[in-house]
This record gives sequence, structure tokens and C-alpha cells, in this order.
Amino acid sequence: MTNIAYVRSDFSEARAAPRSTTGVGAWLHKNLFATSTDAVLTLLGALFLLWVLPPLVNFLFIHAVGINGTVEECRLETSGACWAYVWSEMEFFIYGFYDIPEVWRPNIVFALGALLLVPLLIPRVPFKRANALLLLIAFPVISYYLLAGGAFGLKPMPTEKWGGLLVTLIISAVGIIVSFPLGIILALGRQSKMPVIKVLCIAFIELIRAVPLITILFMASIMLPLFMPQGTTVDKLLRALVGVTLFSAAYVAEIVRGGLQAIPRGQYEAAASLGLSYWKQMYFIILPQALKHVIPGIVNNAIALFKDTSLVYIVGMKDLLEAVKTKNDTALEWQSANTPTTGYIFAAMVFWSFCFSMSRYSMYMERRLNTGYKR
Amino acid sequence: MTIRELGRDTAPRMSFFNDPVIRGIIYQVVVAALLLAFVYWVIGNTAANLAAQKKTNGFDFLWKTAGFDISFALMPWSRASYYWEALVVGITNTLLVAFIGVVFATMLGFTIGIARLSSNFIIARLAAVYIETIRNIPLLLQLFFWYFAVLKTMPSVRQSIALPFDAFINQRGIMVPRPTPDQEFAWVMVALVGALIVAVAIGGWAARVRTRTGRYPSQIVWPSKVADAVVTFLVAFLALALLLGLVFPIASFVVVSAVIAAAVALGSLTRYAAIAKGAVTFFVSFVLFNALLGFMFGWVPSLVVSLVSALTALVVAQVVYANTANRPPSDARFPLALLVLIIVGVPALVYWATDASLAFEVPVLERFNFKGGLQLPPEFIALAFGLTIYTASFIAETVRAGILAVNRGQTEAAQSLGLKDGDRLRLVIVPQAMRVIVPPLTSQYLNLTKNSSLGAAIGYPELFNVFGGTSISQSGRAIECMAIIMVVYLTFSLITSAIMNWYNGRVRLVER
Amino acid sequence: MSQVSETTVEREIDTSHMQVSETEVAIDVVNMHKWYGDFHVLRDINLRVMTGERIVIAGPSGSGKSTLIRCINRLEEHQEGQIIVNGTELTADLKRIDEVRREVGMVFQHFNLFPHLTILQNLTLAPIWVRGIPKAEAEATAMHYLERVKIPEQANKYPGQLSGGQQQRVAIARSLCMQPKIMLFDEPTSALDPEMVKEVLEVMISLAEDGMTMICVTHEMGFARQVANRVIFMDQGQIIEENEPEAFFSNPQHERTKLFLSQILH
Repeated sequence: MTNIAYVRSDFSEARAAPRSTTGVGAWLHKNLFATSTDAVLTLLGALFLLWVLPPLVNFLFIHAVGINGTVEECRLETSGACWAYVWSEMEFFIYGFYDIPEVWRPNIVFALGALLLVPLLIPRVPFKRANALLLLIAFPVISYYLLAGGAFGLKPMPTEKWGGLLVTLIISAVGIIVSFPLGIILALGRQSKMPVIKVLCIAFIELIRAVPLITILFMASIMLPLFMPQGTTVDKLLRALVGVTLFSAAYVAEIVRGGLQAIPRGQYEAAASLGLSYWKQMYFIILPQALKHVIPGIVNNAIALFKDTSLVYIVGMKDLLEAVKTKNDTALEWQSANTPTTGYIFAAMVFWSFCFSMSRYSMYMERRLNTGYKR
Repeated sequence: MTIRELGRDTAPRMSFFNDPVIRGIIYQVVVAALLLAFVYWVIGNTAANLAAQKKTNGFDFLWKTAGFDISFALMPWSRASYYWEALVVGITNTLLVAFIGVVFATMLGFTIGIARLSSNFIIARLAAVYIETIRNIPLLLQLFFWYFAVLKTMPSVRQSIALPFDAFINQRGIMVPRPTPDQEFAWVMVALVGALIVAVAIGGWAARVRTRTGRYPSQIVWPSKVADAVVTFLVAFLALALLLGLVFPIASFVVVSAVIAAAVALGSLTRYAAIAKGAVTFFVSFVLFNALLGFMFGWVPSLVVSLVSALTALVVAQVVYANTANRPPSDARFPLALLVLIIVGVPALVYWATDASLAFEVPVLERFNFKGGLQLPPEFIALAFGLTIYTASFIAETVRAGILAVNRGQTEAAQSLGLKDGDRLRLVIVPQAMRVIVPPLTSQYLNLTKNSSLGAAIGYPELFNVFGGTSISQSGRAIECMAIIMVVYLTFSLITSAIMNWYNGRVRLVER
Repeated sequence: MSQVSETTVEREIDTSHMQVSETEVAIDVVNMHKWYGDFHVLRDINLRVMTGERIVIAGPSGSGKSTLIRCINRLEEHQEGQIIVNGTELTADLKRIDEVRREVGMVFQHFNLFPHLTILQNLTLAPIWVRGIPKAEAEATAMHYLERVKIPEQANKYPGQLSGGQQQRVAIARSLCMQPKIMLFDEPTSALDPEMVKEVLEVMISLAEDGMTMICVTHEMGFARQVANRVIFMDQGQIIEENEPEAFFSNPQHERTKLFLSQILH
């Protein structure tokens, strides 16, 4: 046998990858033309973009009538989107029939809400507990009195006058926040060892999840008065809030249940062995862990709920979508071929920005929590 | 100093309320009592309210005449029909739109979900943009957009836009020809069914023989080669005839096409098969691209369109040629062409032999409206379209997650065993991905069915619209109608979860 | 730091079939370089493996050992130089890749059995669909190899029902069913509990006794001493030293090799 011993004498230093594997050319080759099938797909994709993009850009920007335009320009055959219409109806889209001199009140509510929410969402900012208490307890009370008025010398403003984005935000915020504790209670009830409570919770959760939201909203807004003692009137907005909240609670309950099931048995046993009462076990040991697991699910539910608030239109509430549709149908002074399209695109952009930011935030939190988990 | 007695003779008396069992029973009794009291209170209030409004209750109204119109029904409907018939119309309309939505959303969703994972940058980005745009906009808003901003702004009936194949689109929806087969055509359908059964049987047999003996049965190797050639000839002939007849009109194009197609088909039997396949691909994709690009870029001169199409088709043909040359077709190939030929050829033969005819009743514009043909109302189109587009974005995410859930090691193991890409996907990746995909996919189907209730907002007569809207306002039996609607949806939901549980039980991976 | 164990299988090795061919080259890697993006993972690799050789590749984690053998059946692509397996040079050409993969078996750290198929189906999948072998014949071959790895009774179970060691033995049998000329082992025992390492090593030794050409990335130094005819030490993406096992362990030449061995052997 020949001598196979070998010892490296020179240490080969790392060198840069050859041009063929880095740089623009390599990127193009790898991502667009790696195989001949890829090349065909790239070609088709490029043709599709060439087909879709120019008309879209023309419609939205180049041929669009800007916010200072007139309806005559919008009515021209060659015109694109009619942003002037959206701009001139903006107040209605945001506040509905809220008295214009009083819109500073919703504005303060918006500002205050943002001011309290943003620091809560940024993990680095301290005072989370105080912040959350302010947002969840003080803020709703202040907002209610600011919006509804009738006290502190503010002009009363019945909820029938509220509308547009304001109502969309109120319904989704209340739905998301109130359904959270409700959902936790339902989830715990579903895990309970007491048969009556367990069965009730399961029946409630499964019934609500089986039927479409509009049947729930319909029950809450059209049929609730039937169930009440004669002569009682319940505010229309409140009815919708009840419907949306109950609906969302059932979904939150299922998400939380997933989190509860993900907790190892040992945690329950450890908590019980410390001699804590049931509620203390849940509050101090189980829920903090379970809720951490389910944050992404909760945010996804919040996104779905935010989109679903648009369904209150069907039971006659005046949310953002209703405001846009009303103006599309009735604003004769802005009537043109592209007016409805522009209105819906505007509404879509508003809904989209809220939902998209929520989903990005959820992904960010998921990554943060995951890294925490690995260590 | 006295010594305190620490021990006790008897066990400590437990407070009655601290016994967990008794405490549990007390809790439950309290909850049940509260619930009963609440229900009693609600029933009392409702009865009082109904009495005050002089309304009756009960389900007897189901057998009364409804007396309202329903714009779209799969069964005969008139004002004289009963309420229970309205319920059936509502359910069938819901199921119809849900079925169409499920079929198309599945196709679109799988395509987009796979595209999202493509290594091709443009394709992956396009799919991502689709998903992120569509699923972050409320479905109701999308329905309004399709219905009010797109379909309702179509031209009036008199200015209908003519589509290919005698279809028309206008404010009142889409009008398509209605097939009116004659009596003999029944034989064609029978032949089609028979051919399908035979083809499936042959396919199954061939596959079984292939696994048992390692090669396809010798009896079908030759027929399938001939079938290959025949299909090649037909496809090439059709494409060439279109190409020479429409794009580059030349005289006697039929003869020329037939000759070239025959040459290509014969070539496909020899060792020049790759070239023949490339040629056929070139003809077909040329025709397709020419039509597609002509439609997409109508403002571009047709010569330029033809030139670009030719170039694109050339690239595609080159791909196919290279792939075929790389992996020449052998006897070890599933006899797909033979089966296709059986399925298409036998009914065609019967059609010709029995002298059957399949006429189409074309929609014709009369003074105010279209007469004849099949009329699809815009509410239906908007709802089916909206549900498809919306649900597809969720299905795409489901599919993507399912494929990503299959461990990368599975691909590597399959590759290192020498499995080709198609076999690898079919035998290893897809069966595993489907286990992850199917449960959430089923709940997307259920969501789609529930979401079809939004059709009420654009006037499509689905269950909620017919039985929650019109029937309640006509009969006044709100509680009964809502109860029935909820029971129907609950049934859909229970059926879905039953199917899901069955599937999960069947495909669950066996673990220790 | 990589985990090193010294599990030894106590038995005499039957060397009668362990012959290294003088002329027949199984694998030839010439001046090969590989980058992950801008990271130079494999630098100037030159390796000639003769038919019948049993090679153990050792080195700290991240030294490129796994990447090197994954290049040999083109699970990874190299950017410079040549890799020739059984006379077929690996290029982007799919036909050649298929050809090489048919002749080269690979065993992974995490087994990568197909969880949705039974053990028998795992073993017959590739013979049926790649080689076109009749099912009955493929099953007979599969049972033969299952007997060889000593678990014929598990044929109709699913991978999830087996222990790690059994799964890895099935994975080896699955590769053998394709009757490969070369076997690659990518840390086959690293994911196993210590008591299961032995049963897998046992199978690998018996393969070596049959004269299989093998390249093993492993931390099992006992196996290297017993079976390998050559040990290769890699660090920072290059081959630092190679020698017969005896000389390699008793008299390492390079500083890095000495350091590595002093860390793992006490």
C-alpha cells in the first residue's frame, strides 16, 4: 500500500466567492433564470406585470384627479381615480354625521388612544401596567364622555350621529378588548371539571362559531328588543357591540384553549402543589404562560374582527364602509364613472393599512417570543 | 404555664363550603338556576312583546304561501310557493355558490400557494402581493367593489359587450349560450361515461402491472405509442390550422397543416421525438400566446404581438425540447395519451355514428332584454367571484404552511435515493403536506359557506337573505326563521367537523 | 464543541473482503471550492477515494465535513473544481445527477425516513419507482436487508413506532436496497441515545466487512480505529491532515490536528 499520509502545509485563506455566484448577475440567474422553466415563468410574470401595472398606475396616479380637482375633471372620459371626491367627503368618512364644530372631541379621542396604545406596543417602553390600566379603564370613560357629551358642559351627541371610521374603530376596539376576558373565562369553563359549566361553555362556543356573524348581529340588533321587557330601548350601537363581542369571545376562547393545552401537565400540578386556589393558579401560573403562546392567534383574531366590523352595515349601522357606500350612491354632485371605484379603493386602503400593520406587528411579536423560547 | 394541646382526637371538621365536591355542586346549581331564570325572563318578555304586537308564533307558517319573488332559484319558484320551498331555495342557492366558490378557490389557492414558494423571484413576489392585499381587505368591501363598482357599471343591456363564443356581459349579468342536446346526444353521454370507466380501468390496471412486474403491460405499449402519435397529430394540426388560418392566412392552410402535423407525429415515433415535441409545443404556445397577448395588449400592433409570441413560444419549446432530450420518453411512461384518446375519441365516434347534434341556444338581444341562453345574474357572479378571490388567499397560506411543514430532510432523502422530482412530489412530499393542509382547508370551506351569507348585502338570494330577510318581514316569525337558519348552519358545521375527524383519524401518522 | 464518543463494538473485524482497489477510482474531488453566499465553506478540496476504501472524516463542527459529503451526491452545489463519481462528473445536468444518486447511498443524522409509509414501503419505494424493479422482487430484497440490519419483524410498522437506533438501521437498509456502489454517512449516530449507537455501528462495520466503499462523517473514533483505512481531518473548510488511523491518532502532524485530538481524547 502506498503511503497515504498527507499534511497540509499552507493554510488556504478564505477568498471572495467568484463573480458567477455573487453580484447582480448571479442574483438574476439564481432568482429569475435558474432553469429554463424559471426563465419561462419570469417571462410570463414580466408580461403580466406589463399588462397590469401601467393601467393601474395610470388610474391611481397619472390620470387621477388630485385632491384639488373638480367633478368636471372627474367626469372626463380619460380621467382615472377621483381623489377630489374622497378629499371633499373626508369628514363624513371619518366622523359620519357628527356635528362639524364638535369634531375636536373624536380627534382628542383618536390622539389619546394613539398616545396610550403606541407605548404599550413597543416592548422597550416601561410602565406597561400603568399604561395598560390607563388605556383599558380611564381611556374608555373619558372617551365615552367626550364622544357622547351631555356632561361637563359638552353638547349631547347621540350615537345615531356617530359614523364612519369612528364607529369602525369603536366597534373593533371594544370587541377586541371586551371579548378577551370573556374568551378566557369561556376557555377556562370549557376545561372545567364541572359538567354543567363545561357543557354550557361548549354549547355557547360551538353555536357561535357555527353560524355566520351576520346572524349574530341580526339577533343582537333586530331581535334583542323582543327579548327585553316592553318599553326598554337599547342603544343601537350598544346592540352591535354586544353582538360583535359575543361573537369574538367564542373565537378567543378557542385560541386560548389552544394555549392552555400547550402547557405541560406538570405546570398545573406544580401550581396545585403550591396550595394556590384555582383562580390564583390560573392568574399567577397558567394564564401568563398560555397567553404568551396565543398572542399571534389573538392578533389574527383581532384582524379578522376588524374586517368583520364592516358587516354591521347589514344591520343598519353607519361604519366606514357604509359611509363610503352612502356617498357613492347619493353624492350626486360627485357622480362620475369612477366615483364609486375611487370610494371603495379609499375604504380598502384604510382597512388594509390597519390590518396589514396588525399582521406585521403580530409577526414581529412572534419572532420576539420565539427567540425568548429558544434560550 | 399550661401545655396547649396540639393534637386532636378527631379529624378536623371541614367547613361544609370547603369540600371541593360540594362547592362544585353549589356552583353548578347556582349557574343553572341563573340561566334558567334568565331564559324564563327572556321567554316571558318575548311572549309579552309578541302579544303586544299581536303576532302569533309556531312553525305552521312553513306550509303557507310565501307570496314574494326570488330573483334566482334552481327550482321552479313563484309567488304561490310555500315558505318551506323558500327555505329549500335559500339552502340550494347557498350550496350552489359555496360549491362554485370552493372549486375555484381551491384551484386558485393551490396555484398561488405553490407560486408563493417558487424559487422564481417574480412569481413568488406576485403571489405574496396577492395574498397580502386580498386577505387584509374586508370581504364585504370586496363584494361591494365587484358588484357596485365593476358589474353594475357595465353597459346597459342595449350596449352589451360581446365576449367570445356568443356570450354577452351587461348590467344584468352574463348571458351565455345554453346547450340544447337532442335525443341522440344521450348516447354520446353514455359513451362518455363508458369511455371514462374503461380509461380509468385501463389506467389502474397498467399502474398495477407496473408495480407488480416493473414494466407497463406489453399489450398497451404499442397502442399507447400510436395514441401518442395520433394525439400529437391532432394537437399539432389544430394549432397549425389556427396559426395558418388566422395569424398568417395562407391558402389551402388545412392541407399544409395536415402535412406538417403528420410529419411531426411520425417524427415523434422516431429518435427525433424531442424535436417533434418541441415543434408541437412551439405551435401550441404560439397560438396561445398570440391570443393571450393580443387580448392583453390590444393597443400593440398585431405584427409586434405575433413577433413577441413567436419568441416566447420559441423559449417554451426550447425548454420542452431540452427536458425531453434529457429524459427521453421510454416504455416506462404512464399511457396518458391512450387514455385521453379513449375518453375523447369514443364519444366523438358515437356522436358521428348516431348523427347526434348538440345545438346551443344563443342569447339574442331583443328590444329590451336578452332572450334565450343561460343568464347568470350579477349578484351571483359578484358573490362567487368575491368568495373565490378572498378564500383563495387564505387557502394559499394554508397550502404554503402545509408544504413548509414537510421537513427539508424528506426532500433530501428522496433525492439521495434517486427519485425524480415528479415522483418525489407525488410519493413523498404531497402525501405528507396534505395531512397538514386538509384540516385547515376544510375549515376554510366552512368559512366560505358561512361567508356566502354576505350575499344578502348585494341581493343574492341565499339562505340568510331569503329566510332571514324576506321571510321574516313577510311572515313576522323572526324567532322561528332565525332558529331554522342557525340550525342549518349548525348542520353544515357538524357535517364538516365529522368529515374532518374521520379524515384526521384515517391519516394520522402512527407514533409510539 | 462537537460531541465525541468512544463506543467500541467488541469483536474481531473480518478483513478478508476489505480490499482497497489500486486502480479503480470511486470518487475524485479535484480543487473543489464551495461558497454559501460570500462564506467560503469548502476551500481547495482534493480527495481521491478508491473503490473499497473506508474513510472517516473528523473535525470540529462547522468545518465543512457534512457539506463535503453532501456535495458528493449533489445535495449541495459546488462552484469551482470537479467532482467525479464513478466516472460521471457532477454538473448542473439533471441526467448526470440522477445517475450519480442512483449509485450513491446516503444516511442522514436524523434518519429522514418517510413517516407516512411503512418500513417495507420505505424500503421498496425507490427500487420500484427509480429502478423499475417488480414489487415482489423489491419486497424480497427489502426483507433481505431488513434481516441484515436485524429488524425483519418491524417490516409493517411505521417509522414513528421504532426507536432511534432501529430507525437509523432502517435508513441504512433503505439505502442498501438501491444496491449502491458507495455509501455516505452524515453523522449517523449523533442523534442517537448512547445505548443505540452500538447497534448502528455494528451494521456499519458489517457493511465495511463486505467491502463497501464508505465515507463517514462521524465522531465515533472507536469506529475510525476499527474500520477506517484512512482518517481525514478537516478544519475551516479544508483538509488539514489525512493518514492511516493508527498513525493519525498516535502521531498527528499538524498543530490543529493535535489540538483537536487533545480536546477529544483524554
